[in-house]
Amino acid sequence: MVDVLIPAMITIITASTPLVYAALGEMITEKSGVLNLGVEGMMLMGAVTGFIAVTQTSSVTLGILVAMLAGAGMSLVFAALVLGLQATQVATGLALTIFGIGLSALIGQGLVGVAYEGIPKLPIPLLSDIPFIGPILFEHDILVYGSFVITVLLSWFLRKTRAGLILRAVGDSHDAAHAIGYPVIRIRCLAILFGGAMAGIAGGYLSLAYSPLWIENMSAGRGWIALALVVFATWRPGRVFFGAYLFGGITILQLHAQAMGAGVPSQVMSMLPYVATIMVLVLISRDRKKIKMNSPACIGQPFHPSS
Amino acid sequence: MIRNKLNMLAAGTRKLSTVLVALLVAVTGAGVHADGHGHGPKVGFIYVGPTGDHGWTYRHDIGRQSLESELGVETTFVESVPEGADAERVIRQLVTSGHELIFTTSFGYMNPTNKVAKDFPDVKFEHATGYKRESDNVSTYSARFYEGRAVIGTIAGHMSKTGVVGYIASFPIPEVIRGINSFTLAMRKVNPDAVVRVVWVNTWYDPGKEGDAAKALIDQGADIIAQHTDSPAALQVAEDRGVYAFGQASDMSQFAPNAHLTSIVNNWDPYYIERTKAVKDGTWTQVDTWNGIREGMVSFSPYGDVVPANVRAAADAVKEGIASGAMHPFDGPFNNQAGDQVIGAGEHLDDGVLLGMDYYVEGVEGDLPG
Repeated sequence: MVDVLIPAMITIITASTPLVYAALGEMITEKSGVLNLGVEGMMLMGAVTGFIAVTQTSSVTLGILVAMLAGAGMSLVFAALVLGLQATQVATGLALTIFGIGLSALIGQGLVGVAYEGIPKLPIPLLSDIPFIGPILFEHDILVYGSFVITVLLSWFLRKTRAGLILRAVGDSHDAAHAIGYPVIRIRCLAILFGGAMAGIAGGYLSLAYSPLWIENMSAGRGWIALALVVFATWRPGRVFFGAYLFGGITILQLHAQAMGAGVPSQVMSMLPYVATIMVLVLISRDRKKIKMNSPACIGQPFHPSS
Repeated sequence: MIRNKLNMLAAGTRKLSTVLVALLVAVTGAGVHADGHGHGPKVGFIYVGPTGDHGWTYRHDIGRQSLESELGVETTFVESVPEGADAERVIRQLVTSGHELIFTTSFGYMNPTNKVAKDFPDVKFEHATGYKRESDNVSTYSARFYEGRAVIGTIAGHMSKTGVVGYIASFPIPEVIRGINSFTLAMRKVNPDAVVRVVWVNTWYDPGKEGDAAKALIDQGADIIAQHTDSPAALQVAEDRGVYAFGQASDMSQFAPNAHLTSIVNNWDPYYIERTKAVKDGTWTQVDTWNGIREGMVSFSPYGDVVPANVRAAADAVKEGIASGAMHPFDGPFNNQAGDQVIGAGEHLDDGVLLGMDYYVEGVEGDLPG
């Protein structure tokens, strides 16, 4: 049993990591009061550019950096449109996704069939020797460790830091934040860029580690799942992380259940991650007062300093 | 490559009609490209996925390209066209922009193809994997991929040490079930104790999920992975875990140089060339084509280095047997999963039964969904 359990747990972690990155990034963007539906497009751009960088230079660091920059670059287009030109956020976000799917396909044309062995695993000395827990938690690549760290950092940032408080203030009431002198547009722009960079890393993780290759549209809807996770986790980093693992976990466990020959229709199995994640997150987050406290009140509303 | 595509676009936009197609499909996120200044009929293709999927659509586009280079005809393709109402609009637009022969390359284009065909009796339509030919100008074509699966099943029977083979399946439709069964029967002819474990991922195309399914199957003891999904992700996992795998639709050896045993390759080129020639000569008539190894529509990539000579010989024998008609992947006797005999010795299942196959044969583990 343990023989199966350990690899299953490892697979759960790799399946959940891209969701953690994308969802946490989008959470910060939304906390500032901006809804960016372009996660899928930004992820794909991160995936294709990261893959190009790594296969051209064989530098993993550069690959991740390029993926991050590509995601941020895409989100900059979004920021210019919604913050600069006051375009509708929902429509612009959708356009960004469609644009990202198309552009990544165009850029990646020559990459069809190019193989890459994946970014190296970095077992942590001593810790990885612990039986059971060691191989599960401490024999991953840098991006998996990074996802743990960034979850903790963001939780701390939102709760304990002044900058986090300002970000939440801007998302809750941009007029009030503006009135006391905070640069609403600039803060939102930074939040959007952060979200883009994180989506870029999520995409980079797909093409560099999860299934190290480039094929068009390889994110296969994970950007949308990340978006949903943010809402169901009521904009709280710990719950976003938990939701991502719940989704990833059930996805992997249902595959194992099938491989073992459990007699449940596979359609039900495929539905399970979605249903279970929604149900669990809705149940643990059903306190209305807390939802109100954590959800950015100004989400989706345009802001202009003169109004 | 990119410049090439831009050139295609440039060539295409010279024609107002093509621009209209582009405008129409731009809304749906699909792309249109035209090329060449050919002699003979203008040939249109619509694809369900992107040409860069390295699988189903990729192979159709290879067929289109060889059609262009062989016959010098002008071709247009529209990629990532959703099945349904969008497809009808795109097909109609291809007709009105002067295409005389149109290949619609996905099952879900069946009704739109037949609908448009009725309105334009002078245009010839070729629908892949469908069964409806409602007017005389509609042909259907498909490949007997199950023949290919009998060959890789034979290889699996020889190469598996654990006697457990993992099979990543997309949707429980006859096409996929037929493949699983053909694979299993061939495998158990070599090793009667071997079993096939199936994981249904309910998608044709999600590299991450396909890879995860491969991991789950390997963790559960499978030492060979076969797939009926489109991406090479499972092969990469097999390479990483040190087990074997088969490629799907196109040669996927570069993704798993050590793990790759062989790939079934969809080869549409000869059919596309033959049908276009027929339109050119005015000899085109309605056909219902279901070709296999004999005609070359189902072909294979070279064997991986790990496949020993005796296994190659056994696989070649199956290829030749099927091609000559001396053997059939569904030759009796064999039992269904419950152990009841499906067909006796000396007979094989006919095409009608194969087209509606909805049960597992003996040797497949787990229940068939819905």
